[in-house]
Amino acid sequence: MLHIVNKSPLTNTALENCLNIVASGEILLIEDAVYAATAGNAFEAKLREAMGRLKVYVLQPDLEARGMGDRLIAGVTAVDYGGFVNLTISNNTCQSWL
Amino acid sequence: MGDVKKFMFVNRKAPYGTIYALESLEVVLITAAFDQDVSLVFLDDGVYQLKKGQQTKGIETKNFSPTYRALEDYDVEKLYVEKEAMEERGLSEDDLLVPVTVLSRAEMSALMDQQDVVLSF
Repeated sequence: MLHIVNKSPLTNTALENCLNIVASGEILLIEDAVYAATAGNAFEAKLREAMGRLKVYVLQPDLEARGMGDRLIAGVTAVDYGGFVNLTISNNTCQSWL
Repeated sequence: MGDVKKFMFVNRKAPYGTIYALESLEVVLITAAFDQDVSLVFLDDGVYQLKKGQQTKGIETKNFSPTYRALEDYDVEKLYVEKEAMEERGLSEDDLLVPVTVLSRAEMSALMDQQDVVLSF
């Protein structure tokens, strides 16, 4: 299953709530959620802990828009829009944590 | 000519995910045109607005970050960043587009108390 999060981890609990619930599968960080995958942010430890059981992706255009293209946490996979579509196809279901 | 008031713009949102950051900039420029005493503060995710290297071609959205560099041409030169917010995001002053004054949370509170008008974004 694919989980999609679009809120900043430091001002909204959507990502934290998602990680609390989800035991396995894939997660795609888009829009303001991409900050969770940047080195040195206060949510980094929680994301790294989740990476032990979840495959984490980040939408590269959203990362670049925010000037964060050069500080992606190692182990997070960047995808483009085509990669986003492929993730929605390769997973049977998607949950957007709005 | 009326009295000059102290205007503070409080920016707490990351750019692009919502329209707040861009809307704040628009109102800042209007206010500056009326020769008011304008301060911009960047708290919480608002600090991300000032991150260097924003490249918005991929999301087909206007990159408004160069506008922060143009603010001094409008005599908007008081930019304040919350130290704790910057550090929680793995950022330093070197990562920011423009020169700013870095304030602690306690100093930020005192600055807020000095204002005549506060606009929140």
